[in-house]
Amino acid sequence: MMDLATAHPAQSAIATADEAIRVENLHKSFGHLEVLKGVSLTARRGDVVAIIGGSGSGKSTCLRCINFLETPTSGRIVIGGEEIAMRADGTPASRKQLERVRSRLGMVFQAFNLWTHRTLLENVIEVPVHVLGVSKAEAAERAMVLLDRVGLADKAATYPAFLSGGQQQRAAIARALAIDPSAMLFDEPTSALDPELVGEVLTVIRDLAAEGRTMLLVTHEMKFAREVADHVIYFANGRIEEEGPPDQVFGAPRSERLKQFLKSVS
Amino acid sequence: MTALRAWLLPHRIVMIGLFAALVLWCAFALRWDWIPKYAPLALEGIWRTIWLLVVTTVLGFLLAIPLGLAQAVGPWYLATPARVFCTVIRGTPLLLQIWLLYYGLGSLFPQYPWIRESELWPYLRQAWPYAVLALTLSYAGYEGEVMRGAFASVARGQIEAAQAFGMPRFTMFRRIWLPQAIQTALPTLGGETVLQLKATPLVATIAIVEIYAVASRVRQDTFIVYEPLLLLAVVYLVIAGLLALGFRKLEARVPVKGH
Repeated sequence: MMDLATAHPAQSAIATADEAIRVENLHKSFGHLEVLKGVSLTARRGDVVAIIGGSGSGKSTCLRCINFLETPTSGRIVIGGEEIAMRADGTPASRKQLERVRSRLGMVFQAFNLWTHRTLLENVIEVPVHVLGVSKAEAAERAMVLLDRVGLADKAATYPAFLSGGQQQRAAIARALAIDPSAMLFDEPTSALDPELVGEVLTVIRDLAAEGRTMLLVTHEMKFAREVADHVIYFANGRIEEEGPPDQVFGAPRSERLKQFLKSVS
Repeated sequence: MTALRAWLLPHRIVMIGLFAALVLWCAFALRWDWIPKYAPLALEGIWRTIWLLVVTTVLGFLLAIPLGLAQAVGPWYLATPARVFCTVIRGTPLLLQIWLLYYGLGSLFPQYPWIRESELWPYLRQAWPYAVLALTLSYAGYEGEVMRGAFASVARGQIEAAQAFGMPRFTMFRRIWLPQAIQTALPTLGGETVLQLKATPLVATIAIVEIYAVASRVRQDTFIVYEPLLLLAVVYLVIAGLLALGFRKLEARVPVKGH
């Protein structure tokens, strides 16, 4: 399952092989505003970790720090046993290493961010062909399997602008799967969707959880988090306020803040 | 059928009739007997006009990309020179730029023996390198500004998606950022290219015989004034029409919702 990584250097050095993602003592400030005040978490291979919390609690920032879309102020990020080398100011020390690590992490964004000037098929093969060096024919064959899996095989030649939000997000998941990621990062994948389109995207994510994919999922869908997650983390004010198995976090919350939060979202 | 019927509306028939009458009047009442004699020169002139247009827009656009990029996201020591260049080019008449380059550089170069003795000298003595340079810099100045806006307008999420998947910076630029910026800029670029076409006659002032200079030659030789100018207008219209058509094709490569 999941263990709270205490940030002792001696302990953190023994990164076990089955750890997919480890975050240690992560700090992030935007100017004077401290958004993350020392966050540590670990996801083992096959774990589905749901991150919940109010807006501004730092949960999205934490996710975006894992692949350095936001530059951490300090802390350690270890992906599949490989620590991302950081300079003293938190910027990545090796662009090459960061690119290699990023190409193993499948990111799904709140706003889908499909490349608008390419068809769905072209979106899905873009990274395999132009980053990972897979041949176009092979990538296209695999892409069609993935598009079929998310129910969009008949839309392969369509441009994103002509699709609903739910279809775009499903295509974005296919794009993330195309790199055969060692872990997937979901940044509020259903928050930008009309309510009637949320279900189709959650169905796809549920399937991925069932097949044992490692996933970090920032979400506002409490029912869904309780259903698919192995471990739930509650963020408040840039810290992990409470965490544990879903039944414990949702069924028997200990902290007053979490109780309030759960009351306000239900 | 409905398309044909649309043409048969009374006001359209009248307009078509008037236009046909005008063309017929031009054909029979005006003098066109000079055409056979000047046709070879005119074709050469048209070729030169198109050649100048294509070479200067392509080179100018290649320059506009770094100019736009420097202004959109570059550090100050790149952004400032780029902005100054675009401002100077856009703030002075093209005719002046052509003359400054041709008469200025053209009279400066012969003073240096190493230039006079260089392999390039046979070319530097001619007018066309200065024409190409002036038109290229002009197009680069205007399009640098257009590309600045286009680069800045590409949605942050498009670039973040590329970064998140570990795309190297140059690949991201070549595959995502640049194509999207060009797509945004295409309608403007199409219009600016037609403007560039209409700027080419200015190089006739430094003795380059493109199509406008041919029309002038006809007037000087034969004292026929209006007919060559009318034909000249038609030639520019046709080229401008072809350009518009080409750009529309380019724009249609990525379909836009609602079109």
